[in-house]
Amino acid sequence: MTLPAGVERRRIDGTDGLATRGEQVGSEPTDGEWRRWDPHRSKLGAMLELEFETGLAGEETVLYLGAAAGTTVSHVADFAGPTYAVEFAPRPMLDLVDVATDRGHLFPLLKDARKPETYAHVVEPVDVIVQDVATRGQAAVALRNARFLCPDGRLLLSVKSRSEDVTSDPEAIFEDVTADLKDEYEIIEARRLEPYHDDHLGVVARQS
Amino acid sequence: MTNSATPDERGWFADHSPGDDGASAAITEGRAESPRDWPGLAVEGGFADSEAEYYDRLHEATVATARAQARARQQADDQQVMHAVRAIDDCEATANELAERVAEWARSTADEAPSGIEGAHQVAAMEPSSPAEERLVSLAERVVALDEEAAQLRQYVEETMPAVAPNLTALAGPVLAARLVSLAGGLESLAKQPSGTVQVLGAEDALFAHLQGGAPSPKHGIIYTHEYVRNTPESDRGSAARALAGKLTIAARIDHYSGDRRPELAADLEERIETIRARDSE
Repeated sequence: MTLPAGVERRRIDGTDGLATRGEQVGSEPTDGEWRRWDPHRSKLGAMLELEFETGLAGEETVLYLGAAAGTTVSHVADFAGPTYAVEFAPRPMLDLVDVATDRGHLFPLLKDARKPETYAHVVEPVDVIVQDVATRGQAAVALRNARFLCPDGRLLLSVKSRSEDVTSDPEAIFEDVTADLKDEYEIIEARRLEPYHDDHLGVVARQS
Repeated sequence: MTNSATPDERGWFADHSPGDDGASAAITEGRAESPRDWPGLAVEGGFADSEAEYYDRLHEATVATARAQARARQQADDQQVMHAVRAIDDCEATANELAERVAEWARSTADEAPSGIEGAHQVAAMEPSSPAEERLVSLAERVVALDEEAAQLRQYVEETMPAVAPNLTALAGPVLAARLVSLAGGLESLAKQPSGTVQVLGAEDALFAHLQGGAPSPKHGIIYTHEYVRNTPESDRGSAARALAGKLTIAARIDHYSGDRRPELAADLEERIETIRARDSE
């Protein structure tokens, strides 16, 4: 698998790892304009590190659901084209706004990812949906947002089993979620994100 | 845009000109079933001369809207927590008062009648054997319910405060942090108080007695409940309260104005309190 243009493996602070070029966020390690992309703090970073077939080439139009404080979406905006970042909680949104201020094509939206009709008047059809929402009903969010994907677009999803049900076996939850996804998507790849994230499943899918 | 478009098919830019105040309302309140090529439509409709210009305007509008809305929502959250922490006090006061009534009543029918909330729990578990006891047990059940409600409210405050004021909550604990916000009348008002005022919030009676003459100035208000004040020897409690109030004030200001997390505040404070306490053991 090749990394998207704009993402490189570089040595920063004595360790090798993924990096993108952009304004520094917080006190993360940097080398010139290159910023370390820590796969332990980013599900998409972990998917790239684990060589998922993300299909990312660079310069894509992206809808990012569950942008939180902007850790991952800042890297996405560094290598992608117009990037729409949906986050519902006000506190992380204030951090996300700071990240977006330095990035002219990163658009923060304080919206509920379960209600795409509240942002479809702003978001254009996209090449990639990245989803990392820590709420119940993660499959439902992916299904409802399928309307945003261009015909050849891809869904890059991370499923957190503990958000669905803390007591159930993660494998059983992952099976349920992937089964539900098949209403709208064809699953290309689904693997756990260990050792970077416990009890998370990474999924690459395209619209069926 | 074409005149035939239904509201469903219109983008956020449809009803206003670049730079006017309508953008924020349109982003917040607008609706559409499906996405469309908004950049292309905006250029076609004359909202922007090029897609690059459209994206500049979209960026400006989304950043401003998200910032203003997130601030407003957060302020709404601090008002909710304020009501909840006041409701805890009401529930506890009412439960205690009713528990006394239950205990007094229970003493007239039973030999042993434990007092307080715990006593009400025992009475509520009794099997009534007369119409009077039915009323007594029912009343005790209300006490238990109020006590449970207070616990639920406390849990809500504990879950909500870290998002409303992360630094203040890290230093003071969620309930004391909520009480300070409540006494000040909101996070913004708390952030605007000088540290000397924060130190005596909740000790207004003592403060006014002092200001009118005679009484000593209060050394601490509600922050007395903090371990750093309560467990510091009395001779140094004023210093501990002043140090704590100073850091709480800084924390409230960071929470309101910037929203960063500053874990070093807690470490600084701990060091300062240790120094104050060490003065005594010398």
